Amino acid sequence: MTITVKLFAAMRDLAGSDTETVELADGTTVADLRRELGKLLPLARTLLSRSTIAVNHDSADNDKPLQATDEVAVIPPVSGG
Amino acid sequence: MFRLTRDAIDYHALTEIARSPHCGAVVLFLGTVRDLTGEHVTVFLEYEAYTPMAEKKLEEIEAETRRRWPVSEIAMVHRIGRLEVGEVSVAVAVSCPHRAEAFEACRYVIDTLKELVPIWKKENAPDGTGKWIHQSAKPGAT
Repeated sequence: MTITVKLFAAMRDLAGSDTETVELADGTTVADLRRELGKLLPLARTLLSRSTIAVNHDSADNDKPLQATDEVAVIPPVSGG
Repeated sequence: MFRLTRDAIDYHALTEIARSPHCGAVVLFLGTVRDLTGEHVTVFLEYEAYTPMAEKKLEEIEAETRRRWPVSEIAMVHRIGRLEVGEVSVAVAVSCPHRAEAFEACRYVIDTLKELVPIWKKENAPDGTGKWIHQSAKPGAT
């Protein structure tokens, strides 16, 4: 399956794009997605390790399975307010 | 109610939304753009949001606040886009029957908003450089 991951703030700047497309096998989890993103975006690895992954607008644990229809985003440490 | 906006926040109107005849207390919190963070001078800030998730988290914060305190109204607005020094970036108004619970509820809303809502700020310095702020959460430090 193909998942288009949304990127924000410094994560977007490091990637040079506001999305990253990741090819994943069915049954893939958030942890697998993190590994693939780390390979595709080596400059963003440090920030990625400090970020959460949001699936359908909620923070997801690493063992959460992903579906092709999920909306996925990398959420670096927030700084609103 | 909650809203993300690119326009200046009318905090007087926001306070009016929160006022209620059942409430003896309205607490208003304003977050404003500061010119100095440590030794770093800020000329302007840029705020960015992951809008659908931010709105979902604001809705959850409102629900949890209402569960914990006898809140009549909650009004939360966060600015997105470019803000100059001194401008209001976030406003929270909460009304309750009594002041102690209104202070507590308002404090909870702004602290939780800063911890959970996917909004990011970029500090722009006088030399033209900008830096996204992604430090780990330190409640009360920012």
